Amino acid sequence: MILEVEKPLLELERKIRELQEVDRSAGVDLSAEIRLLERKARQLKESIFQNLSAWDRVQLARHVDRPGTLDYVAHLFTDFVELHGDRFYADDPAVVAGLARFHGQPCVVLGHQKGRGTRENLARNFGMPNPEGFRKAGRLMRLAARFGLPIFTFVDTPGAYPGIEAEERGQFEAIASNIALMSELPVPILTVVIGEGGSGGALGIALADRVLILENSVYSVISPEGCATILWRDAARAEQAATALGLTSETLKRLGLVDEVLAEPLGGAHRDFEGTFRTVQDALRHHLETLQDMEGHALLDARYAKYRRMAVLGEAR
Amino acid sequence: MAGLFDSLRARRPRVDRVAASAASSEHWVKCSGCGTAIYRPIFLENGKVCEKCAHHHRMTAWERLDLLADAGTFQEWDASLVSVDPLGFGQEYLDKLHSDRERTGLSDGLLSGSCSLGGIPVALGIMDFNFRGGSMGSVVGEKVVRVLEGAAERRIPAVLVTCSGGARMQEGMLSLMQMGRTCAAVRRLNQVPAPFLVVMTDPTTAGVAASFAALGDVILAEPGATIGFSGRRVIEQTIRQELPPGFQSSEFYLEHGFLDRVVPRAELKDTVAAILGMLCVPAEVRR
Repeated sequence: MILEVEKPLLELERKIRELQEVDRSAGVDLSAEIRLLERKARQLKESIFQNLSAWDRVQLARHVDRPGTLDYVAHLFTDFVELHGDRFYADDPAVVAGLARFHGQPCVVLGHQKGRGTRENLARNFGMPNPEGFRKAGRLMRLAARFGLPIFTFVDTPGAYPGIEAEERGQFEAIASNIALMSELPVPILTVVIGEGGSGGALGIALADRVLILENSVYSVISPEGCATILWRDAARAEQAATALGLTSETLKRLGLVDEVLAEPLGGAHRDFEGTFRTVQDALRHHLETLQDMEGHALLDARYAKYRRMAVLGEAR
Repeated sequence: MAGLFDSLRARRPRVDRVAASAASSEHWVKCSGCGTAIYRPIFLENGKVCEKCAHHHRMTAWERLDLLADAGTFQEWDASLVSVDPLGFGQEYLDKLHSDRERTGLSDGLLSGSCSLGGIPVALGIMDFNFRGGSMGSVVGEKVVRVLEGAAERRIPAVLVTCSGGARMQEGMLSLMQMGRTCAAVRRLNQVPAPFLVVMTDPTTAGVAASFAALGDVILAEPGATIGFSGRRVIEQTIRQELPPGFQSSEFYLEHGFLDRVVPRAELKDTVAAILGMLCVPAEVRR
């Protein structure tokens, strides 16, 4: 997957690789030229990634190579034991969940899981949960609360699945129940928006003491395409809608809707997994430490107060 | 149901507004269910329900208030709370807010306050589709939270009548967060405990269905209301087939177990009062 915004950079990087190849195989010394191009590539990378539009970030957030929930689980946690099923109807592969340890501390970790490639994406339903996904998450969050374990959730979904069976089995109820549940569990809840935060399907696992968001992730009330269709009856104006919706990490922080923006390595999370994991791990560790010092009722009061403030109101004369 | 709409207030619009779906002239209203022409005074006397086919037309918040509240008992809350344009969507949006305020006599998409309902004191919130499709932004979310908190403080039931297409797009993520804060407020009310009763009317979908509306201790719905999470068109585009008739209706969700009862409008107030009467057990008896 190649993003429009990355094209000049990828072109330059291809040229550098070609020169390196010639340098090696033909025995011609091109090291000066290579160094020059490498410097140019660095500058280009900086100028591209310091001036991303909202629409560029939507593309980055959806990038197929971007690290997903299971990548974070594998690198930030140990002893992961995946647990399946909602105990009512089915297991939803669009949501992964289980027990694990974070720096030795037992916890519940869960998140949306997209696939890489068509086959995996079909199996994972493109990371779009059915009601069972939310109910599995809810079941394990209740388990966490019963045993005093902190909860980590990773958000990466286009949205809850819009299907006949999903509606029949109460998609609206499944989402609402999880949101309400997360407002009343007296254990620390930490959420990271790692890719695409798609509306209610995202919020269904994302009411938390700390909501962190990676710099190039997006979180939106509606997809830019959906918004453009409704407002202007033209999905092609998604780029304009992306700007209007205020879905970037920067805007969300300014509005007080997320707690911290986590800087990504230059070029985006998909270009440096290790660097991204380090950032997320350090942030989660720091926030968990603060939250673990709080009593259950103080945690709940602070959580309620945080959401209580999330409104911009006007007063008529 | 004589005298359904007889407590006219100064702020409310003079003319009873008929739901946009019912094509109307001065004296006659065309039923959007069966197409029958109904004499307007009869239509209003019947609470906007068609005599022939029982189609329930949308009510304004003021009409709904007259249907539910005991006459002369309503005290409005937060009447001066209005929406701003936090994301800078533009003048067109601000103009629409202004004209909707003028047209509906509401400060935003929800009318709220305290009243008595069949003799029971309640905190009441009523959404109005005529105001930006009943969409929930900061103000609607805030007023819902205040209804729930107000009920918790007074230890009285909260009644919310929903009528909304979902989140208000123009407030972006602020709108999505209203789902979070309203759900959290419901849980606080549950702990009191004070009863929370939801009446879903046409339509109750997306961000409103998937938040406080789904959390009623008792959830009633009017006949034939559209209820659901995803919009019809989105589902049809995703699965590439047409949806069966009756999909996402009140009756559909009653059958699937997500509603307590479908209640015709003429019986709504009595049903609500009967349920609340049994749940409002005095504290000394409860202990």
